[in-house]
Amino acid sequence: MLYREAGQFKTTYAADQQIFPIRQDRIGVIALLVVAFLGVPLFASEYWFSAILIPFLIFALAALGLNVLTGYAGQLSLGSAAFMAVGAYAAYNFQLRVEGIPILVSFICAGLTAAGVGILFGLPSLRIKGFYLAVATLAAQFFIVWCLTKFPWLSNNSSSGVISTQRLIIFGHELTTPVEKYLLVLAIVVVMALAAKNMVRSATGRAWMAVRDMDVAASVIGIKLMQTKLLAFAVSSFYCGVAGALYAFCYLGSVEPDGFSLEMSFKILFMIIIGGVGSIMGSFLGAAFILLLPIFLDIALPFFADLFGLPFSSATVSHIQITVFGALIMFFLIVEPHGLARLWQIAKEKLRLWPFPH
Amino acid sequence: MNFFFEVLIGGLLSGVMYALVALGFVMIYKASGVFNFAQGAMVYLAALSVVGCMEKGAPLWLAIILAFAIMTAFGIATEKFVLRKLVNQPPIALFMATIGLAFFIEGVAPMVFGSEPRALELGIVDEPIPWVLDNWNMVISKFDLVAAGVAAVLVATLALFFQYTRIGRALRAVADDHQAALSIGIPLQNIWAIVWGVAGFVALVAGMMWGARNGVQFALTFTALKALPVLILGGFTSVPGAIVGGLIIGASEKLAEIYIPPVMQDWFGGNFGGIEGWFPYVLALLFLLVRPEGLFGEKHIDRV
Repeated sequence: MLYREAGQFKTTYAADQQIFPIRQDRIGVIALLVVAFLGVPLFASEYWFSAILIPFLIFALAALGLNVLTGYAGQLSLGSAAFMAVGAYAAYNFQLRVEGIPILVSFICAGLTAAGVGILFGLPSLRIKGFYLAVATLAAQFFIVWCLTKFPWLSNNSSSGVISTQRLIIFGHELTTPVEKYLLVLAIVVVMALAAKNMVRSATGRAWMAVRDMDVAASVIGIKLMQTKLLAFAVSSFYCGVAGALYAFCYLGSVEPDGFSLEMSFKILFMIIIGGVGSIMGSFLGAAFILLLPIFLDIALPFFADLFGLPFSSATVSHIQITVFGALIMFFLIVEPHGLARLWQIAKEKLRLWPFPH
Repeated sequence: MNFFFEVLIGGLLSGVMYALVALGFVMIYKASGVFNFAQGAMVYLAALSVVGCMEKGAPLWLAIILAFAIMTAFGIATEKFVLRKLVNQPPIALFMATIGLAFFIEGVAPMVFGSEPRALELGIVDEPIPWVLDNWNMVISKFDLVAAGVAAVLVATLALFFQYTRIGRALRAVADDHQAALSIGIPLQNIWAIVWGVAGFVALVAGMMWGARNGVQFALTFTALKALPVLILGGFTSVPGAIVGGLIIGASEKLAEIYIPPVMQDWFGGNFGGIEGWFPYVLALLFLLVRPEGLFGEKHIDRV
């Protein structure tokens, strides 16, 4: 009843092609943005910003990047954390070595650097696919982290590759409080998410999906495999790179190469599995789920322990976390292989008829 | 030159250890087309259950039997509760499910058997063989040699099992074509349960060898990561490929670790140890560019 596209006639091509064709979606997105930009800063506490909201947005961006590659172009990658590391270190080095470079420009340059590295490690995808490719991306994961640890130039000769990021100055104004950092991250993420949304419904996105569904068939109908796959790697790494730069500059402030571990790559992969493979919104839902679950378990487990009188050590809690994680992954794959995004789609279909389903 | 051969042989023998883990991957991939990322976690589970049973007072032989029972039960449960529900899903979904499975095991196993690192005593000492040391002045570990022997026996057993038993023939039939195997009356689900049981057995052997060498600890799960380049080098579907791949990876990574860092040090300065961590992957990657299906893998033909 409330959520129905009936009666919304499109009379121009522009109206037909707009990014959110249904009025309710537009209202919803605008409301969400208003809440995110205005409502949240008014009410959320400092802890929320620095421990939940900022990492959520950053990981959502990284998941978005991986989703472009894995969800849309069908190239499984286990190296997204490494591309984040490239972004973080590139942004640091641009800030360090280029005199007077604005921070946003260095973020973009960081993304471009990551994209370059992504293309390099994407080259094998032209020859190999599926699991072979997944293993090949592990080469990126281990090699990049090793390089960042071993070449002192990259971390400005700090011991074991730890870098402390420079100050965030935008148009002469220094961002210090979590709220300001949150707004910066949010703005970047919103712009990039909209760009991704547009990209996947353009010719490029359709080419990606054709390659994902069957690359031989795609090449038969005239899609250039090399361009398409490498572009997917480049765009994905660009997103991961910017996410990495934000991770270093706006979230932690000081990072080391080993922080961008294989575990983090898996975390990002889980975000897109749980959120929805091949869905922009799924990246956000998945990131929220994966980040909130440990926090929830941290709070819930001691409560249950008290309830049943079980002594839970912190080691047990972390084991239970891993177990629940693994079980949830399997559960989601079995019950809903398309993830949380698909649940939202089903809900929308129900909403179309609600409250009179007959 | 002596030193070179010592490194080479040491590398080859440690490569056999990788091959042991890789074999488990090949088993499952061959029979069900599932790329089982949980193999490393299964190695960990197997080693933990041997140690756990021994801590409860069981002698070694009983602990091994119990661990084998646990692995088999676990394999059957996996087949029944996870894989059977995912039939007809794309292989990537199955792969991701096994990543979830790996996490699940990594959480459950230490909760049941305890997470502190422990030693596993098999009665084989990790010391140089005196005879070789005297005659050629090379350090070749006795333990590595035993591991190589075990791997050889395991491969031979598996080869015989696949070639000459009824179940082995059924397994090969299923690996060739699920549908055709079903149509001639091979019970697919039983076969998959058996495959997971066999993979559990391979994991048990690998877990005991690795556990005896490095101690039973969480790091055992990383053996799977070491086995991946072995796999893509040898081809996912080939048992001999796993062995040859293991030998190549083991030897080349040890040689690279010895000979590349000094060269890089001359070029750039600084310390470049730890090449072992990524060298196998890059080697496998370069190799794949030349032969995308691995050394012994089946050539894949795409049809539209």
